[in-house]
Amino acid sequence: MRFIFKTKYDQDISVTRHGGDRFWYSLLIIGMLFMPLLIDDFYLGEISYICILAIAGIGLMILSGYTGLASLGHAAFLGIGAYTHAFLLTHGIPFILSIPIVIIVSFLVGAIIGIPILRLSGMYLAIATLALCFIAEHVFIRWEHFTGGNRGLAVPYEEIFGISLTNSAVFYYLCLFFLIISMFAAINILRSPTGRAFVAIRDSEIAAQSLGVNLGIYKALSFAISGAFTGLAGALLAHYIGYLAPDIFNIFLSLTLLLLIVVGGMGSLHGTIFGAIFVGFLPQLIAICRDYLPSSIGSQPGLEPMLFGMILVLFILYEPLGIYGRWIKIKLFFEMFPTYKKQTFKKQKVFNKTDRV
Amino acid sequence: MSYFEIKDITVTFGGVKALNNVSFSVNKGEIFTIIGPNGAGKSTLFNVISRIYEPGNGEIHFNNQNISKSKPHQIARLGIARTFQNLELFENATVLQNLLLGRHIYKKSNLLNELFFTPKVKKTELEHRLKVEEVIDFLNLQHYRDIIISGLPYGVRKNVELARALCTNPKLLLLDEPSSGLTNEETIDLGFWIKDIQSLLNITVVMIEHDMSFVNKVSDRVLALNYGEIIATGLPEEIKNNDKVKVAYMGE
Repeated sequence: MRFIFKTKYDQDISVTRHGGDRFWYSLLIIGMLFMPLLIDDFYLGEISYICILAIAGIGLMILSGYTGLASLGHAAFLGIGAYTHAFLLTHGIPFILSIPIVIIVSFLVGAIIGIPILRLSGMYLAIATLALCFIAEHVFIRWEHFTGGNRGLAVPYEEIFGISLTNSAVFYYLCLFFLIISMFAAINILRSPTGRAFVAIRDSEIAAQSLGVNLGIYKALSFAISGAFTGLAGALLAHYIGYLAPDIFNIFLSLTLLLLIVVGGMGSLHGTIFGAIFVGFLPQLIAICRDYLPSSIGSQPGLEPMLFGMILVLFILYEPLGIYGRWIKIKLFFEMFPTYKKQTFKKQKVFNKTDRV
Repeated sequence: MSYFEIKDITVTFGGVKALNNVSFSVNKGEIFTIIGPNGAGKSTLFNVISRIYEPGNGEIHFNNQNISKSKPHQIARLGIARTFQNLELFENATVLQNLLLGRHIYKKSNLLNELFFTPKVKKTELEHRLKVEEVIDFLNLQHYRDIIISGLPYGVRKNVELARALCTNPKLLLLDEPSSGLTNEETIDLGFWIKDIQSLLNITVVMIEHDMSFVNKVSDRVLALNYGEIIATGLPEEIKNNDKVKVAYMGE
């Protein structure tokens, strides 16, 4: 077991807790950099997709995992990001300029939508965000000048510094770069006063308010930040898909993102990565499994959504903290061996809360 | 005008008058206790002061300012901090994060410099930490800094909530039943701390309390409330021997 001897307040602020952390994370990044040498183009594409999902996951995690606001409509932000990016590229704006514009646009859209609908809470908020998802899909269909409607919109062939994005290794590095940047941005927000205010809103609105947190502003801010991350993911997704059609950004994509953060582990940024790997590889896994199942089951069309739903339910029931929570338990098991007790993670009795106002 | 003054506050829930024309004033540097049986309107009064409930009529004055029209999140900035009857801590955060949230009103950073965690943000974070450490030393919370609230015993949680309120550097502290659920020893400690809060930190304290021996030991003045109306105000000794108070608690 590692005991961290703290001699400076900086140690509580820094991103990594100790040298071991720094070593393993650096090793992970170096490993990721050598990935194109090790695996073929197909799996490189899959990993790029996982990076994109993880960026969107960070967005939803900030909103749901840290601020405690449910959203069933995040596919809308992916769509806004993707369409804005494709629109800008077709009008000759270079990639490097287009990405910041996409981030700003989705941030603003998040803020504008956030201000009215975040007066709702719980179930009603979930329904409002669900409506957002459907409205966005319709806007993508009807606003033909901007989105090409049902005909779809081709994402232009793009080069950065003269290197084509269609090269899967280049695209992989691009996604990895944005994932690392997003991760640092999220960590920075969460360790500063704004991030703490989000956590405060999640755990007790009434106490947050009496400590001077303006609920309206911070909820809208959380929605906007969440939208910005998801919009960025949408822009990258546009390149991954290559051809945008409105029905890509449907409710099922929103649910996939929700599955991602729940399976990964609510309230942890590690969880977004675990969740993205899980959600990204699950369709592959199902496709592989289909071959080995009896044809009466293997060729069923609805297998994928059914398994998604089932996994979501099983995780909520048996491992509410997700894969990351399980990982912490396994780690503690080995650290404490042989004295590990299951009760360590048993939730303490919840004391009565002041009547919610 | 007094330091803190409640004028003709009336709160009605449907047909029930939770508070009926309640007026009283608190002097600067005083420990003022509100007592009363269950349902007397004590917590309602606190919720009116922290602007969570909208009073039907009446005014609240603090430090020569009318705060009856302030928003709930502006109250902390005016220098009023509070604790809650049944604890409203941030359960899934560490003690340290809870206390740092007490510094929220002194936040200087904006989203842009937080995004890059600039040296300026780090510097203010360290300043907040120093203040938080002062409070940790004051309330003996050194052992609990990195522990998540949901893993702490009740007594310590109560302490953390008091500490969080102190981190806001308040001028007026509202304590809602600070001694409920505490052991005898913890209550004795709490008595000393409240006295210290008054004398060392120069904070005016208004508290709701049931434990009469504790009230007698700590408070300067006591107000008794029953069915939303004031039945007596005075020194702890006077209140203890007041006939109306006896009737309110024991019956005829």
